[in-house]
Amino acid sequence: MTDEPLLRVSALSKFYGSRVGCENVTFDLWPGEVLAVVGESGSGKTTLLNCLSTRLLPSSGTASYRMRDGQFRELYRMSEAERRFLMRTDWGFVHQNPADGLRMTVSAGANVGERLMAVGDRHYGKIRATAVDWLSRVEIDEDRIDDEPRAFSGGMRQRLQIARNLVTGPRLVFMDEPTGGLDVSVQARLLDLLRGLVTDLGLAAIVVTHDLAVARLLSQRMMVMKDGRVVESGLTDRVLDDPRAPYTQLLVSSILQV
Amino acid sequence: MPTPLVVSDVAKSFTMHLRDGIKLPVVAGVSFAIRAGECAVLGGPSGAGKSSILKMLYGNYAVDEGQIIVQHEGGLIDLATASPRTVLSVRRQTIGYVSQFLRTVPRVSALDVVAEPLVERGEEREVARTKARSLLAQLNLPEKLWALPPATFSGGEQQRVNIARGFITEHPVLLLDEPTASLDAKNRDVVVALIAAKKAAGVALLGIFHDLDVRDAVADRIIDVTSFAAGKIAA
Repeated sequence: MTDEPLLRVSALSKFYGSRVGCENVTFDLWPGEVLAVVGESGSGKTTLLNCLSTRLLPSSGTASYRMRDGQFRELYRMSEAERRFLMRTDWGFVHQNPADGLRMTVSAGANVGERLMAVGDRHYGKIRATAVDWLSRVEIDEDRIDDEPRAFSGGMRQRLQIARNLVTGPRLVFMDEPTGGLDVSVQARLLDLLRGLVTDLGLAAIVVTHDLAVARLLSQRMMVMKDGRVVESGLTDRVLDDPRAPYTQLLVSSILQV
Repeated sequence: MPTPLVVSDVAKSFTMHLRDGIKLPVVAGVSFAIRAGECAVLGGPSGAGKSSILKMLYGNYAVDEGQIIVQHEGGLIDLATASPRTVLSVRRQTIGYVSQFLRTVPRVSALDVVAEPLVERGEEREVARTKARSLLAQLNLPEKLWALPPATFSGGEQQRVNIARGFITEHPVLLLDEPTASLDAKNRDVVVALIAAKKAAGVALLGIFHDLDVRDAVADRIIDVTSFAAGKIAA
């Protein structure tokens, strides 16, 4: 167990002209920790996620990441090539729409194998074996390995996207509404799968969701955002069971009871 | 006797921002200590704040004022101000909690629900499962249920899963929120025996028991929560 965070974020802000994307966001993320970022659409949570994953550059603030050699590197001072390498190896990004994270016209096996080749694997047999292993871990039958994701259901595509992201053994995974747009039963299966993988692999993850039930199930810590600012943060069960900020109380009281 | 948990001058209120910000005081001036090897019981009528006190001690409710000092990994931690990461560590190692209701996770078997806290503490999964089996057997949960997710179990069955999950570890402090509420007499006796074993092992227990027989059987003393009524001080 290490006593240093994996990611340190300090006073991160992103403005679109005079409009606020996200403002003054500060937090640390430790290895193995899952942080949920919740809020309604337009609250800035996706902007924050895109800044953190360096898909977007912030207007001000810093974020430093502890590399595998133990050294902290300032994300926004890295070269584009360095950032891309990090993205391909040590990080994963699970998009809400699997089509954004998959290559829809190559086979499922190739979707998983491609990430391995990007980190230098060249042995075809080994890559295929790893792909088969990962497909089974996300509950996709081996006989679907040569099918294109176009032929998959939404839930299967999402599971394939997860396999593609996790195959390189990343330490940090970003997820943008990973269960959005899926049927409830499919969601439950995916959540359970994600929960198991995150625990078994000791992944750190930042999960953006508007679904408080998803946050409860997946995360230990939570940040609530409104109008680009963090209005409340803390242990997930504390924030949900004893919400303090007016906006969090509104969110929690708006959940439909089943 | 070591005192792993000391609560001093804790106050809690809820501010309902959706109801014009009215403030509902719950408790104030909560002070007590729990020694290793004793079982203290929170007494008082419904609504007196018993569950809120337990939830603050577990970090589930925020604390407005006061301190909750717990012995954790050789040091002292104030749970009232501890970071989320510290609270998680305290839950993993020091303070266990048996809630009234089981929050089920889809597709995880009863056996693994029970074994999980031990696995989180670094125990081998198979060792943890073996211990989980013996606890579930002790609590008379039919063996055919062990491999099933508890979501469809009856109230009493879920509660036994919950109890097994809470008792499987060797946390030095254990909080019990009505662990026997929906159990039959036979299983209540099992829980009473489990609590006695924890006391003998030097665990500090704090519980809420509405069942008077159970309370008389386990309580070393009663902490009267009405003496912490927030109105008394606030008004």
